[in-house]
Amino acid sequence: MWKQTISALRLLLLLTVVTGIAYPLAMTGVAQAVFPKQANGSLVYVNDKAVGSILLGQNFTAAKYFHGRPSSAGTDGYDAAGSSGSNLGPTSKKLVDTVNGNIEKIRSENQIAESVSIPSDLVMASASGLDPDTSPEAAYLQVNRIAAERGISENEIRGLVTSHVQVRQFGFLGAERVNVLALNMALDRLK
Amino acid sequence: MITDVLLFIVFFVLLLLMAWPLGKYMAKVYSGERTMFDTIFLSLEKTLYRLAGIDAVREMNWRQYASGLFIFNLLGLAAVVAIQELQTILPWNPEGLAAVPFDLAFNTAASFMTNTNWQAYSGETTMSYFTQMAALTVQNFLSAATGMAVAVALIRGLARKTTKTIGNFWSDMVRSVIWILLPLSIVVSIIFMQQGMIQNLSAYVAVDTLEGGQQTIAMGPVASQEAIKLLGTNGGGFFNANSAHPFENPTPFTNLVQVLSIFLIPTGMVFMFGNMIKDRRQGYAILAAMLLLFSVSLGGLYASEIYGSPIAGHSGVSEPTNMEGKDMRFGINGSALFAAVTTAASCGAVNTMHDSLTPLGGMVTMLQIMLGEVVIGGVGAGLYGMMMFVMLTVFIVGLMVGRTPEYLGKKIEANEMKMAIIAILIPAVTILFGSAISVMADAGLAGLNNAGPHGFSEILYAFTSAAGNNGSAFAGLSANTVYYNLMIAAAMLIGRFGVIIPVLAIAGSLAEKRVSPPGPGTFPTAGSLFVLLLAGIVIMVGALTFLPALSLGPIIEHLLMLQGVTF
Repeated sequence: MWKQTISALRLLLLLTVVTGIAYPLAMTGVAQAVFPKQANGSLVYVNDKAVGSILLGQNFTAAKYFHGRPSSAGTDGYDAAGSSGSNLGPTSKKLVDTVNGNIEKIRSENQIAESVSIPSDLVMASASGLDPDTSPEAAYLQVNRIAAERGISENEIRGLVTSHVQVRQFGFLGAERVNVLALNMALDRLK
Repeated sequence: MITDVLLFIVFFVLLLLMAWPLGKYMAKVYSGERTMFDTIFLSLEKTLYRLAGIDAVREMNWRQYASGLFIFNLLGLAAVVAIQELQTILPWNPEGLAAVPFDLAFNTAASFMTNTNWQAYSGETTMSYFTQMAALTVQNFLSAATGMAVAVALIRGLARKTTKTIGNFWSDMVRSVIWILLPLSIVVSIIFMQQGMIQNLSAYVAVDTLEGGQQTIAMGPVASQEAIKLLGTNGGGFFNANSAHPFENPTPFTNLVQVLSIFLIPTGMVFMFGNMIKDRRQGYAILAAMLLLFSVSLGGLYASEIYGSPIAGHSGVSEPTNMEGKDMRFGINGSALFAAVTTAASCGAVNTMHDSLTPLGGMVTMLQIMLGEVVIGGVGAGLYGMMMFVMLTVFIVGLMVGRTPEYLGKKIEANEMKMAIIAILIPAVTILFGSAISVMADAGLAGLNNAGPHGFSEILYAFTSAAGNNGSAFAGLSANTVYYNLMIAAAMLIGRFGVIIPVLAIAGSLAEKRVSPPGPGTFPTAGSLFVLLLAGIVIMVGALTFLPALSLGPIIEHLLMLQGVTF
C-alpha cells in the first residue's frame, strides 16, 4: 500500500510536469511565435496607444458614439477583469424593471416612437458582460442620433454601419452582428 | 430557422465522422495494439513508468484497480488544495492573487478532481496562472483519464471471461493522457489560438478606452486550458463567464469546435466499446439511444428559447425576446446547441447563462443532468453510466419474459443488479436530499439571486450539477459560502465515487462469468426495440424521480411566466 502510494505520488508529479507545465508552456511558445496578435488579446491602437481589445466590448455612453449592450461585468459594466452575466431569469421583477428602464432610455435618446419595438440585445445584458457586438438593427437605430451629434449625413453613417455588418461565419454559424468598438473607431476616422 | 437546422445537422455529421475513427483508434490504444503514434509516445510512456517505479503490465482485480484509482485521485485532491494555498509563493502570479480560503480551495479541488468543475470562484480574480496550469489543467487531464479508465475496465469485464482481472489502472490512466487527451488538446488549442483565443503569461493590461474610460483586461494561458476543458468534458472556465467570455470563445467557429470537442471523446468511446467487444452493432444501439434522447432535448431547448419570454415581448422588445444572458455572436442556435451539449455531456462549460434561460429551456439542461449524465455523458462516465441503465433494461425485459437476464452472453444476476441500482440511485438521492436540506436551512436560502420558483431552481440545479459531476450552474446562486462549498463538495465526491465503485465491482464480477452463446430466448440488444426500451427506461427513471421537484421549479415558473407573473 505504502509503495503504491509513493509510486502514485511520483506519477502525479510527472504528469503534472507534462500536462501542467510542459504542455501550456509549449502552447504559449507556439502562440507567441505564430499568432502573437491573437495570443496577447487582439489589442487595437489609436495613435500607437492601446484603446482596448477588438474582442471585448467597452463602455460607450457619449451621444456621439454607438452604444453597446448593457453589461453586468463589474460595478460599472464591461469590467474585463470581472466577466459576468446578470443571472436573472425571465420572471425576475428586477430584470423586467431593468429592461423597461433601458427601453425607455433608448427611446428617448434616439427619439423612437412607442409603437416601434426595440432590438432585445440592446436592452438585455450579455452572458459575458463583455459582448463586443450588437445586432445590426441595434446599430441602425442609433444612426440618426449620431448623425445629428456629429453633423455628418445620415447616409454616410448608415453606410458605415452597413460596411461593418459581419455576416454569419461560413454562411451559417452564429448571428449577424456589428462590432461596436470597430464601428466607433471608424466613426472617429471619418472627416 | 433554416440556418439553425443546418447548424444542428452539420454538428451531428461532423461529430460522427470524427468520433468513428477515434473509437477505432482508442480501442487499439487500450488493447495495446500498434498505433501510428507509437514511435513518439512509447518512449515517453516507458520513461514515466520507470521514473515513477510503476509496474504497468501486472493485471489487477477490481479491488486493486479501485484502490489505485482512489489513492491517485486523493493525492490529486491534496495537490490542488496545496497549490491554491501556496500560490502567493509559487511562480506566474503577476496579479499577486492571495491564497485561496480553505473551504473554497477544498471545494475547487474536489470539483476538478471529480471532473465536475463546479466553480464557486471567479477565475480572473482568484487563481494565479500557475494554479490554473499546474493544478486545474492537470486535473482536467487526470479526471478525464480516470473516467476513461473506468469505462475501459468495465468493457474488459464484459469482454473477458472466467478471469478475475480487468486491466492495469496505471497503464489505462497514462495511455488516456498521452495517446488521446494530450495530442487532441494540442490540435484544438492551435485552432483556438488562430481564431483569437489568448495564450500568454502577461500581467493584466490596462487601457484608456476610446471614450476615455479605464479598462483592465485579464490575460492568461487560456487556449491550452480551454482545449482540455472541453475535450475532457471538464468545463471549468479560465474566466468567470466561462465559454461566453470572448477570450474563451472568440468566434462562432470556435463555438462549433467547442461543442464538437465536448462530444467527441464520449461518442468515440461508444464506438470503441463496439470495437472492443467485437460486435459494433451493440455500440451503435447504445449510441442510437443516446442520440435519440439528445435530439429531443436539443429540440425542446431550442424551441423554448425561440419562443422566448412573453413578458419581455410585452415590454416592447423585438424577437428573439430572451437575449438576457446570451452573447450576440453565437446566436440563439449556437447558444441553445451549447447549452444542450454541455449538460448532456457532463461538461458544464457554458456560453449562455443558464440562470437566464427560459424556464423550460433551463429545465431541459437540468433534466439531462438528472437522467444520470448518460445522454452521451462525460468522457468514460457517460458510457459506464449508460451501462448501468443497460443492465436495468435487460433485467426488466428478463422479468417480463421470465428468463434470466443476459447481456453480451453474461448472466446479469443479483450482485450486478444491486450494484447497478446503487450507481443509479446514489446521485438521485444526493440531489434530492441536498436540495431539501438547503431549502430548509437559512444558510441555503441566503445565496439566492432570483425569487419565487426560480430561486428553488437555483438550489435544485446546484445539487443536480454537483451530484451529476456536470459543473454548470444557475450561477446567480452565491455559492461561495462555507455552507455551499462543503455541501457541494460532498455532493460531488458522493456523485463521483458512489458511481465509480459499483461500476468497478460490476466489471470485476462480470469478468469472472462464463459466456453463454445466444439461444432462442436471448433478447437481442442490438436492435431498434432495445434502443427504444433503453431510452424509455432512462426517461422513466428520471421522470419518476424528479418530476415532483421539477414541478415546483421550472414547470410552475413557466406557467406563471405565461400569466405575466414576476417575482
